[in-house]
Amino acid sequence: MAKYITAPLTKEQARSLRAGESVYLSGSVYTARDAAHKRLCELVEQGKPLPFPIEGAVIYYVGPSPARPGQAIGSAGPTTSYRMDAYAPTLLRLGELGMIGKGKRSPAVVEAMRETGAVYFGAIGGAGALLSQCVKSAQLICYEDLGAEAVRRLEVENLPLTVVIDSQGNNLYETGRAAYLEQRR
Amino acid sequence: MRELDAGVITQAVQRLCIQANTRLPQDVKDTIAAARRAEDWSVAQDILDKIIENYSIGGDTPICQDTGMACVFLEIGQDVHINGPLTEAVNEGVRRGYTEGYLRKSVVRDPLDRVNTGDNTPAMVYTELVPGEQVKITVAPKGFGSENMSRIAMLKPSDGLDGVKQFILETVELAGPNPCPPIVVGVGIGGTFDKCALLAKRALLREMGTHNGSPFYARLEQELLEKINALGIGPQGFGGRTTALAVQIETMPTHIAGLPCAVNINCHVARHVSEVL
Repeated sequence: MAKYITAPLTKEQARSLRAGESVYLSGSVYTARDAAHKRLCELVEQGKPLPFPIEGAVIYYVGPSPARPGQAIGSAGPTTSYRMDAYAPTLLRLGELGMIGKGKRSPAVVEAMRETGAVYFGAIGGAGALLSQCVKSAQLICYEDLGAEAVRRLEVENLPLTVVIDSQGNNLYETGRAAYLEQRR
Repeated sequence: MRELDAGVITQAVQRLCIQANTRLPQDVKDTIAAARRAEDWSVAQDILDKIIENYSIGGDTPICQDTGMACVFLEIGQDVHINGPLTEAVNEGVRRGYTEGYLRKSVVRDPLDRVNTGDNTPAMVYTELVPGEQVKITVAPKGFGSENMSRIAMLKPSDGLDGVKQFILETVELAGPNPCPPIVVGVGIGGTFDKCALLAKRALLREMGTHNGSPFYARLEQELLEKINALGIGPQGFGGRTTALAVQIETMPTHIAGLPCAVNINCHVARHVSEVL
């Protein structure tokens, strides 16, 4: 029942996903939180190139705990996405097609997603040890001074995700809850 | 008077930081397992299964990557003399624990310039003098996904019990999927503005499954838990019964003109561990 998808995403793939679907994501994703998003958007403002290819990119909102020797990464679950809402539309309009996080998004982000055909995935918040097992390697891309908040490229294998908001604006936080309450009546 | 070397406190804090971040307390595990048995929505069951799988891994990897600000509660017997600076001893324990345990350093030195201190210090230290000659240390790493969803209200006495209930439910509703439900709802009622918030934080330290000693507040905890779990938010906000694992209320006397109410939210990774020296 679950779909298997690969990052970077194609436009067709991103548009085909629907809120509520379970997916397993493999391929390359980039990590970025508040501080990195701020710097990325400053680059855009200055007309400078981004430090990684944004076309089709999937950005994982995560600040992992440090890797032990021999580990690819430490604990690596999602952080709350709304803190990236101020920056996400800029990156979406440059070609970012997937965001991984947890929690609500602003109307401006959903609007940008509809416009560009992007998708918002939820990873399980508080399951960082489990999710870290899907990360096969991590390479520092930039902003090392930010520590856990640096931008890294992660090679992931079958990262378990749920489509929370799709490119049509369907939102699992609304529909999932409504379906549960309907069934309970 | 008993003499206690500050270095002993450093070692205890170091140990407790690592333990708290890698081993979930048994009472929390039992509560999550019971919630899984009571959950009848399949999406929610899947999420709870993964949450259980996550804390059952049991290795050195932190349960959650947000290893939090180190909240350190010290109950210091008034017949103990601590040799050495106490706050420094606690911070040194945090520094060593977060480094040795490969825990994430999540503290910035200034709320606006936002430069990481690099060692997760300073700890949030809460001291209380108690009778006796022992020192009880509780380390409760607090993640900010849930901390950010916490609120306080200076309600009016006329708002009464209904006002308190409404504020708590509204806080959970506004938080929605953001604090990684299922959540633990720590509530403080009474005191002053600051004491009320501290009551809510201390409420989160209580052993899960136990109730407030007052039958009135114990019933209120139960009633609010049922109301919260009828909201339908569910694990991760994908819908379901299990929005909260527990509502834990602490109260204290307050002013004739006031009814402060604070809600401190924790996620299902409800970490706290204690040791008595």
